Amino acid sequence: MKKLLLGNEALAQGAIDTGISGVYAYPGTPSTEITEYIQNSKIAQELNIHSKWSVNEKTAMEAALGMSYAGKRVLTVMKHVGLNVAADVFMNMAVSGINGGLVVVVADDPSMHSSQNEQDSRNYGKFAMIPIFEPTNQQEAYDITTYAFYLSEQLALPIMIRMVTRLSHSRAAINIGKRNTQNTIKLSKNPHQFQLIPMHARNRYQHLVGIQSDIRENSENSYFNKFIEGPNTSMGIIAAGIAFNYLMENFENDSCPYPILKISQYPLPKRQVKKLFDKCKKILVLEDGAPFIEELIADYFDENKKVIGRLTGHLNRVGELNPDNIAEALGFERTFANKIPKIVTPRPPELCVGCAHRDLFDAINQLKTENTKQQVFGDIGCYALGSLPPYESINTLIDMGASITMAKGASDAGIHPSIAIIGDSTFTHSGMTGLLDAVIENTPITVIISDNSAVAMTGAQDSAASGRLINICKGIGVDKDHLKVITPLHKKLDENIDVIRNEINYKGVSIVISQRPCVQLSKEKKDQLKKLKQVAIN
Amino acid sequence: MKRNIILAGVGGQGILTIAAILDTATINSNLNIKQSEVHGMSQRGGAVQSHVRISDKEIFSDLIPEGKADIIISVEPMELLRYLPFLKKDGFLITDSNPFKNINNYPELEDLYKEIKMHKNSILIDAKEIAKEIGNSKATNIVLLGAAASLLPLSNDSLQNAIKTLFERKGERIINKNLEAYEKGKEIASVMAS
Ligand code: SF4
Repeated sequence: MKKLLLGNEALAQGAIDTGISGVYAYPGTPSTEITEYIQNSKIAQELNIHSKWSVNEKTAMEAALGMSYAGKRVLTVMKHVGLNVAADVFMNMAVSGINGGLVVVVADDPSMHSSQNEQDSRNYGKFAMIPIFEPTNQQEAYDITTYAFYLSEQLALPIMIRMVTRLSHSRAAINIGKRNTQNTIKLSKNPHQFQLIPMHARNRYQHLVGIQSDIRENSENSYFNKFIEGPNTSMGIIAAGIAFNYLMENFENDSCPYPILKISQYPLPKRQVKKLFDKCKKILVLEDGAPFIEELIADYFDENKKVIGRLTGHLNRVGELNPDNIAEALGFERTFANKIPKIVTPRPPELCVGCAHRDLFDAINQLKTENTKQQVFGDIGCYALGSLPPYESINTLIDMGASITMAKGASDAGIHPSIAIIGDSTFTHSGMTGLLDAVIENTPITVIISDNSAVAMTGAQDSAASGRLINICKGIGVDKDHLKVITPLHKKLDENIDVIRNEINYKGVSIVISQRPCVQLSKEKKDQLKKLKQVAIN
Repeated sequence: MKRNIILAGVGGQGILTIAAILDTATINSNLNIKQSEVHGMSQRGGAVQSHVRISDKEIFSDLIPEGKADIIISVEPMELLRYLPFLKKDGFLITDSNPFKNINNYPELEDLYKEIKMHKNSILIDAKEIAKEIGNSKATNIVLLGAAASLLPLSNDSLQNAIKTLFERKGERIINKNLEAYEKGKEIASVMAS
């Protein structure tokens, strides 16, 4: 059967067809569609595949490990920066190993279309010493996923699949295979496998190091790594993942004259790299993201510069690859190209018309005129656009949850008013623990939770905070006299400014929940939220 | 046979609907397709584009190389020009004439039109007005698709069927409005070409 699918959707379909019992994830561009596809899949619903969003990537990966502990196959999905949040369990589960097949999908974002950095997740995979796959196209995204589960169970290790934005968000028709049944519950035969106390952890770690040669051998013989012969050995090309497509695009009728080693599985197949190295005068490395392969094989002290790529300046060091920059690296002349006319101006994204964040920024900006020392620590979400004109209300933007903890540190340093602005979902993702830090010392900060009752930036997924924010803040220990709720509306501007002014004048932890649903939410969702709100008040 | 099409516009203007119609029609015609969606941060009113590639052979790159686009279809005149570096020498430009002004330094419309008309294969139409006349201003994008129809490697039937499939859920009336928009777009383009 043929189906037109995004790279992300092909991967999700592959996971369903391999017999997963659950997917655990937190939304993040470019990874979001993987989980959404499973959530919307009729078959997944019939099979009772768990697919609800988790509070953050760490809780997602830990729950996935729990499902694998029970013997079932499970997928966990995140964007590259999300893996930083889950890095703790990620590194440790490579040591414990898994029981039911466990695949970690990480979608990287070269060119930072929607991210704070362009870190390359292959580094994490290597760090954890587990196999990594990197699909070339949508069909491989499907095929590799089904194979990765098989390999995961064979090696009893988690497997990483690395996607990149371009493949995640591009569609093609793919062939879909047969569907496997899910595993039944079955516990590990080794009673100590998941007990990483030092005496057991040492054994497990020894085991992980011990099976590295098996892992390498598997990659050496991988169906997904291909050595393609070519007559012109003046240059050999290593092309990883999607870079292979950009390479082939430059040659009519698949007629690349150079030998190519296509890489879709790591660790790097040493023997095949050696074969290419011995055969060719120089090696061009094409990989999206960091110069990961290039660094591994380049000899920095080799004056001959046999290995070329992003480190040697033959390709752009940052940003995505595409057919054009690869054409240049291949030495092709640029063909005819029009320029963008000068009159074309940039059109940056902006908050939706009627968005509640707008009214909140208006209030915050008005207070700026009263408090010139005011610093506003921002966080990840639509409201990050408040750092751009016309608002320019936010001074920092680092990672999920950093608004509250940075505001605390700045306050400790003597900055007042020190204001954190954080979304409801980001607050439950990583803000709650930082808030506890502030509560313990009653640090003079004002946390404004801009509660739009959704993970709006990635497409308005459900927020774990909905209906619970007040109780969570009280539970963490915020004084109820300094826990205020406002409705960000233009007609309430003065009233809201008064509330915020009072709270920032208070020399302790105060919270203002600025509550109005994202205008992109459906009517049904808004009705649901109204009910939730009543539960919270009663 | 290979056709590279760039769809351009501002978030929410319906370029992904055009892409979805092209996808469906291509699959049903047994041709290969790659369609990539290029959008930035949460696409709230920002520039968006989609690369659609249709071929009877294997398609490698998800992105169209510079200077290789056969057609650029845009639902907004300035966004059309943003992708000019992708246009082939004798490539076609098709755009709605109505600006989407959510920035304060939007260029003079006359300058934009002049720039567009410098290209010999350019079709500048008031698609929004046509869609309004039909009674569905949302169908502006479909008028533009109609205007591009003769340049696509897809049959009239397959495009019409794809429109039907895509709007199926919205009921008979909407399907017909969109089919009408498609026809009007075709008509206008043929008049302009002759
Ligand atoms: S999606 Fe929602 S939260 Fe984001 S800018 Fe639009 S209205 Fe505001």
